[in-house]
Amino acid sequence: MAEELRVLLQYADQINPESADDYVKVGGYKGLEKARSMDRKALIDEVKKSGLRGRGGAGFNAGMKWSFVPQDAPIKYVVCNLDEGEPGTYKDRIICEKNAQALLEGMAICGTAISSKQGYIYCRGEYPFVVELLKNAIKSAKASGALGDFDIEVRMGAGAYVCGEETALIESIEGHRGEPRFKPPFPGVEGLWAAPTVVNNVETFACLPNILANGAEWFAGIGATRYPGTKIVTLTGDIENATYFEVPTNVTLRDVIFTLGGGVKNGKKFKAVQVGGTSGAFIPEQNLDTQIDFDSMGSIGAALGSGAVFVLDETRDIVDVVTRISKFFEHESCGKCNPCREGTFRLREIMEKVNAGRGTTQDMDNLLLLSKVMQKAALCGLGQAAPIPIESTIKHFRYEYLRKI
Amino acid sequence: MISLTIDGREIQVPRGTTLLTACRQAGADIPTLCYDPDLRLAGSCRMCVVEVKGRRNLVAGCVTPAENNMVVETESPDVVESRKIILELLLARHKLTCHTCESDGSCKLQDYCYRYGVTDSRFTGEFHDGPHFSKEDANPFIKRDYDKCIMCTRCVRACEEITGAQAINVMNRGHHAKIATIFDGNLEDSPCVFCGQCIMVCPVGALTSKVAAGKGKSYQTEKVLTTCTYCGTGCTLELNVKDDKVVGVTSVRDENWSPVNRGALCVKGRFGWDFINSSDRLTTPLIRENGELRPASWDEALDFTAAKIKEIKGEHGPDSLAMFSSARVTNEENYLAQKLMRAAIGTNNVDHCARL
Amino acid sequence: MANYKDIINSCREKRGGIIEAFHALQAEYNYIPQDALVEAARVFGVSEAQAYGVATFYSYLSVENRGKYIIRMCESAPCHVAGADAVIRAIENYLDIKVGETTADGKFTIELCECIGQCQATPVITINSQPVFNVTPEKVPEILDACK
Repeated sequence: MAEELRVLLQYADQINPESADDYVKVGGYKGLEKARSMDRKALIDEVKKSGLRGRGGAGFNAGMKWSFVPQDAPIKYVVCNLDEGEPGTYKDRIICEKNAQALLEGMAICGTAISSKQGYIYCRGEYPFVVELLKNAIKSAKASGALGDFDIEVRMGAGAYVCGEETALIESIEGHRGEPRFKPPFPGVEGLWAAPTVVNNVETFACLPNILANGAEWFAGIGATRYPGTKIVTLTGDIENATYFEVPTNVTLRDVIFTLGGGVKNGKKFKAVQVGGTSGAFIPEQNLDTQIDFDSMGSIGAALGSGAVFVLDETRDIVDVVTRISKFFEHESCGKCNPCREGTFRLREIMEKVNAGRGTTQDMDNLLLLSKVMQKAALCGLGQAAPIPIESTIKHFRYEYLRKI
Repeated sequence: MISLTIDGREIQVPRGTTLLTACRQAGADIPTLCYDPDLRLAGSCRMCVVEVKGRRNLVAGCVTPAENNMVVETESPDVVESRKIILELLLARHKLTCHTCESDGSCKLQDYCYRYGVTDSRFTGEFHDGPHFSKEDANPFIKRDYDKCIMCTRCVRACEEITGAQAINVMNRGHHAKIATIFDGNLEDSPCVFCGQCIMVCPVGALTSKVAAGKGKSYQTEKVLTTCTYCGTGCTLELNVKDDKVVGVTSVRDENWSPVNRGALCVKGRFGWDFINSSDRLTTPLIRENGELRPASWDEALDFTAAKIKEIKGEHGPDSLAMFSSARVTNEENYLAQKLMRAAIGTNNVDHCARL
Repeated sequence: MANYKDIINSCREKRGGIIEAFHALQAEYNYIPQDALVEAARVFGVSEAQAYGVATFYSYLSVENRGKYIIRMCESAPCHVAGADAVIRAIENYLDIKVGETTADGKFTIELCECIGQCQATPVITINSQPVFNVTPEKVPEILDACK
């Protein structure tokens, strides 16, 4: 029987997220205190040992990422990715609204590890109220002295999904068009204003205070061995409990949907679930007994991504939904590289044609061919992931396409 | 030095070498559209993708550093497939009017489609039109046809990095992205100086010279390397000659041939050559008599001028004369001009047209 | 109305802060006026073409004048399956304009947008960035009438 395990959201609605004092009363800023008492290398090793992996979707070991930052650089930056653009995802907003101080503490811990004095939070433009909340939380934390000499500035995005990609996000903070950079150089070596920069997701940062306060082993013991800890998932679509849950990473998708989520809405039958946001693969019923952790999801050709769980009932027209998703990617492609700029446009065009009943099997072949080339040759994750919903539904729900042809 | 294997051939390159350079060194002909050795890297056209053993995705050669023991294939099935599809995607938005295009024969899109046998695009879609990017721009020099643009952004980078004008940039995003001045206006209302460096770097026919339009395609003209006569800078340029007439000017970017300007020109050098065959051009000296100009020989004109100078000097003294020299002549000629005024005529009244 | 120069100057200390300045300008004017765009380019030391490129890249920024109330309809997949299409048609019908247009009285502009992160209550619209939850076609008149 799956149950929630609240770590990040333990004190949700019991403390004022803006107030550092409230946070300290429930044990806040102990992790930072511990971090500051440690030597830089030991601190990074502790985070590595905890097994904490990036919660934004890439699943990279956080401590490892930090260890790439060259020690001798005079200026370094800590950047928090609060762009949260994946449709169906709102966990970072929830973390801020329930426990903003943990994010600030996590950033300061990272600042201690890489000896950076300046953090930036890049908050999506759709969350102006979160920007205000964070500014107040920073003010409170600074006033309480908890952050010490670590400063945090909030910058606001302006409606560009691609800015969730870390180098596009950096470009945007610099005041440029949010076009991804080629890598290498990676941000850890050359990031914001060419200085070494660690970019982590809100949820990743928010995990850190507890890791430091309770120890790496404690964290490593929660959930799946290779992707330990908890994960906040957001349930949308045809689901009874359309809300968020914090779960250990070894729960199965079936438990998330049918136990916590209360099953498919209105007693209908399940058809498919898309996990990880709109760039995720659609998963059929037979794969629901998979754990949600990064590697288990990868083993079924899906991705945990941002933790969005988008459920479709038996009556839903998958081709129609995927057509809508293809429009999303056309709208959000930055236009820098050829495969993505032209590819997302053509995918949408072909999907609309198929959805309208004018498609041919040749169109399906073209969709798959284009999908393959985009995944192989696009510059950044957006172009590489954009065809995945199409590819996965042609694989698992081919009959729905054929019905329209 | 590091060593890597490219198409089965082991080569050594210095650390920091890009895969593109390494591949070319190994003899592989890697296609590129956005890459330009004089401009900062974009890594965006993805034509130079190659396959590196052990990597899930293809990598763009122009921005990927070569690493020790890499095993690289430059024409693997996946690489060729990706290049073909990218070409098809570009063709699908490209105004295919090669027969009347100024860049026919010097177009990289054309070359690569030929090389990879891409005759048609499967992605032209139901609505072949797609978004239109064409731009009417009334300036006399640069034709901007963005229905042929492939968004390599070389023009944007050249405008910024070679000329420093920063007149253009990318506007909008995704498939609607296009090259534009502020408010998507005309070049005349922007900081554009009409140097035409954008035309020089454009790999397709999106940016072409209005002055040379219709006068001959690249392969129909003979290129004559010469030095620009407009000023003393001494820029190297190439006269495009057809039927013994100058029909255009292009430039050479090779430092050995074009050491002063490395291909960069100004508006005069690149576009101001139509006087050469102009019917308005003076071909003999003219002497004004009774209010009418009549042709004269050089001897007659020089004798006439010398006599007049002597007459004025005798009547009003040497300081009643002045010489304006020209930026179009060489330093040596300018030296002689002032020598003539100071030593032969006896005045310091020497100045230069640039100060007028 | 605050002077656009003062608005831009209030952001000039932020390194690379031209997008912050654009947000501040939009808070005042609902779009980025041409003179302000030119001034922002100057203050932040970027070319005018680049500033225009930035302003036209982000879907939240507009270089065209817009209405007093900007209604953005989320059309990402979760809102799509919850009936976003019917809601947008209801809004278009009620205001008698199409997506991308502004009412003749300059009061409303309708825009489509992607996920706004309020997926617990789909379909969602925002009115001047404030989310309105669980919108149905029937609720549209009431919601819009509340915008004075």
